[in-house]
Amino acid sequence: MKTVQELNAIRERMKDVVGLRVGETGKAQYKYNVMVCGGTGCTSSGSMKIIDKLKDEIAKNGLQNDVQVTMTGCFGLCALGPIVIVYPEGSFYSRIELKDVERIVKEHLVGGSPVKELLYHETVSEDGVKSLNDTPFYKKQHRNALRNCGRICPENIDEYLAFDGYLALEKVLTEYKPEDVIKLMIDSGLRGRGGGGFPTGLKWKFAAANAADQKYVCCNADEGDPGAFMDRSVLEGDPHVVLEAMAIAGYAIGATEGYIYVRAEYPIAVERLNVAIAQARAYGLLGKNIFGSGFDFDVHLKLGAGAFVCGEETALMTSIEGHRGEPRPRPPFPALKGLWEKPTILNNVETFANVPQIILNGAEWFANMGTEKSKGTKVFALGGKINNVGLVEVPMGTTLREIIEEIGGGIPHGKKFKAAQTGGPSGGCISAQNLDVPIDYDNLISIGSMMGSGGLIVMDEDTCMVDIAKFFLQFTVDESCGKCTPCRLGTRKLLEMLKKITDGRGEEGDIEKLEELCNYIKTNSLCALGQTAPNPVLSTLKYFRDEYEAHINEKKCPAGVCKNLLHFEIDPAKCKGCTLCARNCPAGAITGAVKQPHVIDQSKCLKCGVCMANCKFGAISKK
Amino acid sequence: MSKSKVPFSGTDAQRDELQAYLKAHASERGAMLPALQKAQEIYGYLPIEVQEMVAKGLNVPLSEVYGVSTFYAQFSLYPKGKYQISVCLGTACYVKGSGEIEARLQHELGINSGECTPDTKFSLDECRCLGACGLAPVMTINGEVYGRLTPDQVPEILAKY
Repeated sequence: MKTVQELNAIRERMKDVVGLRVGETGKAQYKYNVMVCGGTGCTSSGSMKIIDKLKDEIAKNGLQNDVQVTMTGCFGLCALGPIVIVYPEGSFYSRIELKDVERIVKEHLVGGSPVKELLYHETVSEDGVKSLNDTPFYKKQHRNALRNCGRICPENIDEYLAFDGYLALEKVLTEYKPEDVIKLMIDSGLRGRGGGGFPTGLKWKFAAANAADQKYVCCNADEGDPGAFMDRSVLEGDPHVVLEAMAIAGYAIGATEGYIYVRAEYPIAVERLNVAIAQARAYGLLGKNIFGSGFDFDVHLKLGAGAFVCGEETALMTSIEGHRGEPRPRPPFPALKGLWEKPTILNNVETFANVPQIILNGAEWFANMGTEKSKGTKVFALGGKINNVGLVEVPMGTTLREIIEEIGGGIPHGKKFKAAQTGGPSGGCISAQNLDVPIDYDNLISIGSMMGSGGLIVMDEDTCMVDIAKFFLQFTVDESCGKCTPCRLGTRKLLEMLKKITDGRGEEGDIEKLEELCNYIKTNSLCALGQTAPNPVLSTLKYFRDEYEAHINEKKCPAGVCKNLLHFEIDPAKCKGCTLCARNCPAGAITGAVKQPHVIDQSKCLKCGVCMANCKFGAISKK
Repeated sequence: MSKSKVPFSGTDAQRDELQAYLKAHASERGAMLPALQKAQEIYGYLPIEVQEMVAKGLNVPLSEVYGVSTFYAQFSLYPKGKYQISVCLGTACYVKGSGEIEARLQHELGINSGECTPDTKFSLDECRCLGACGLAPVMTINGEVYGRLTPDQVPEILAKY
């Protein structure tokens, strides 16, 4: 257990260790600090092996006292992983392979000059190396929830302390009354980042008002939207921020126990949370009598088991209790009867990640960012057909165009933008006409989508919108818990109708039937999963009705995706008979003699497109 | 509930490990989910025999255990292959063509998703987002990640196993 003085001594001492990363070279303990991303994206492409190799090479060159190698969290630019940053210059190496390590050590760490060919091209200009913050990807970003991701080692509590870690908790416990904390949260305007956008301070106020012998603080880390990975990055890159914020919330509402419900599919996040909890307990930042204030708070981890509906608050609590994760009707709301029937608040990871900064910088600081009704910044997981796949954090009110064209670097291969999908299976598709709408909670709802947790998937002209609607409905059908009929049967029926249309069996009147059923499911389902399940259909119908009509009336898929509506043909005039397509066809559907035009047997063809991709003469086309 | 076609062959050591866990945790609130996760970690899947052990150990009806084990996608009632292939069908991977990767895997292996090859060498599953969206489309084989895939690469990757 550490006293306030001891914690301050650690902060002071660590400044010399981490100083290089923030441009404070004065008393820096090391000459270089090499930061390697240890998030899921970069570890999937081998960053842990790169750390080992770096350490080996550094030792070989006798630099172990001059160079610190740090495993850190996500830098955001996942498309360029594995990423290595060398401070003090902040040289940004992208897509590093094992064979590059020796060169970086020799030329940069020993020789003193960065290896230009391996640097991220946007940071290299004719007159030298640009700062990362001047690149299009980072220029407009404002990293607040992600402030420590890529800056600290998530497995070392001392590094978190060095960047003001646990100062907010100390301030709250020594200077504030619980109602002061709640007022601060209300004044900041922070709204839930998990999807609903409910004001966080109000949620806390309701739970604080209900007297009980036991209350709970829960953290929703069951990030289920496919393609959304901001919560995971916070947990992997800055786990202590969540623990600190949960303790602050506990103090505010009068709870002494917290639960983090985290996806079992996030093994790295789970491991780092376990490490962080153990460290916080060892320092007395979790446990009994924190900072000698008489306030007790501890956090437990609960692993989810792969059920999307458990992201819904009542279902999540039912799952923590060990049952099938089915939602419960509200009211009573969790603030009155939540986990084990006790007053409970549930906030999402990113929401919590904002809390300590609001305490330290004040409500006004936070409320000055964003739009009138949506304050602060929002993290988006940018994915799909976009160059800079990764994690971006921007002030609320930034337009989709800025995110996609500037920060995201546009769409690969010069293709045309078709739609952006936000809000996952509960959200909708936004078309090109709304690219300039400032993104906030209310604007997204008014254009037929929703913020959701912040997944943002970009689609280009090769994406079929009917197929995408079908994809999301398949997801909801798989994930519907089955408790209420409108969701269980309604989504299944919707999926059947979409399959019928994409199979080429659509009839006149189908669109109207789809709309009728969508509205029925929306208004009659028990929980948000069902109520929002029709959104992907309704929003694509709203903006891409012509694609539905083409499938139904002309039996054509304009994007060339729906297999039953297309076939491949070889143009005999262009085919040279090179046999490449026949050799590559996995179904053996292509025949023909050498130097003679080949033919596709349509009954055998899988429509996989391998032939077209391999043909060097452009003789094969999709019709 | 139907029994698996593959006969159950648990060892005494596995049984002892599970029962020790159940004994230590039976009185905890919300013990069922962690217990099933532990059981699957020990046996690799949750055949009815294992679910019976969990029910007995936690003193709850088998129906309740079955209700939970069939609710969550993480739990499998059937054995998996020696090499477990998981193809990501998250949105980011899907728009980059992971459906084609899955179709090619099914074609090469001759099985549907959720099934195991007759020689129990490979099993194929769909998953919803591994979080490696920068590498889309992605699949994993026993945890090894293969990213930026094209259908053409599937046969050579399978041949490595």
